[in-house]
Amino acid sequence: MEYQARVEGPYTVIALAGEVDLHYSPQAREQILHHLGEQKNLLVDLSMVNYIDSSGVASLVEGYQLARKTGLAFGLVGVSEAVLQVLQLARLDKVFPIHASASERIVSDEQA
Amino acid sequence: MASDRPQPAIIEVQDLVAHYGVRRILDGISLTVNDGEIMVIMGGSGSGKSTLLRYLLGLNRPTSGKVRMLGKDITHMSGQELFELRRNIGVAFQGGALFGSMTVGENIRLPLREHAKLDEQTMQIMTRMKLEVVNLLGFEDLMPAELSGGMVKRAAVARAIIMDPKLLFFDEPSAGLDPVTAAELDELILRLRDAMHMTIIVVTHELESAFKIADRIAVLDAGKILLCGSVDEVRQSGDERIQDILNRRPRNEDVDPEEYLRRLTGEAL
Repeated sequence: MEYQARVEGPYTVIALAGEVDLHYSPQAREQILHHLGEQKNLLVDLSMVNYIDSSGVASLVEGYQLARKTGLAFGLVGVSEAVLQVLQLARLDKVFPIHASASERIVSDEQA
Repeated sequence: MASDRPQPAIIEVQDLVAHYGVRRILDGISLTVNDGEIMVIMGGSGSGKSTLLRYLLGLNRPTSGKVRMLGKDITHMSGQELFELRRNIGVAFQGGALFGSMTVGENIRLPLREHAKLDEQTMQIMTRMKLEVVNLLGFEDLMPAELSGGMVKRAAVARAIIMDPKLLFFDEPSAGLDPVTAAELDELILRLRDAMHMTIIVVTHELESAFKIADRIAVLDAGKILLCGSVDEVRQSGDERIQDILNRRPRNEDVDPEEYLRRLTGEAL
């Protein structure tokens, strides 16, 4: 699956969709790492995701870690209640920067 | 959750009869488990509950009856079909069943290696996430023999959930655990159902745990289901045998001398 990417302010926003499971998470991972490899500040939009499993979450963790190592910004936006519960299971809701939307993240950056 | 709208059954057991040798262990079991439900199978030692679990997992073939799981009849499945089905199933065995020659981390990753194609780094992160979920993060590189009994059980849970299965089985999850760890495991079972929408079957004789986590309880005795119902229905049941189990009263079975003697001497029944 080719996930859609768009630019909002200083961010590349990649929108994952559908089921990010054992089958699809390798593609999600590849695209996240690809954009970070191109030195893009990255937001992952999860608003169209109806299911994410641990392999999908692991890909987000790997992306965040790579962003930190290379001094890029990273965050999650559009996190539904269902996705949030999965993140909470491994206490990752406390780890990822999470915002309602890309524009809200941009506003929060400006205020910081 | 199960009660919101009608859902197809995840497990359907019909008139299951099973023997060990000449002894009838399961005597016409019928049971339905719904999507997203936590079903506790409760009974004393020798009630047949662990045997029932083996048949639900397709480890043994029944004398008669049917077991349908995720829409498929598993009593007549080939080895390959069972392998495919087991991608969607996680089992935390009573004794842990970890491989002694592998580290904890390797044990937990094993189902991923068998069933999925993922990057090594992804598998490592998934392993550590599951270790965090069962409060064992940092013990990845130890060997199972270096863990306490309770830690082995938790590692087994981490392995059972590594694939985020649709259907998860626990065999006596809290047996041998200290009360705090047992309560944490109960909480985890509830969180797994809520966050990952798993259907969970727990085989246990721990009443407290059963009442805390169950949507429905099937009370098994002498190979039969005495009652299958909500926690309240089980608590309020007028059935004497159920009350014996709830109140831990010893059973008073009549002895059939002839049958008993034949069993002792091994004569065919």
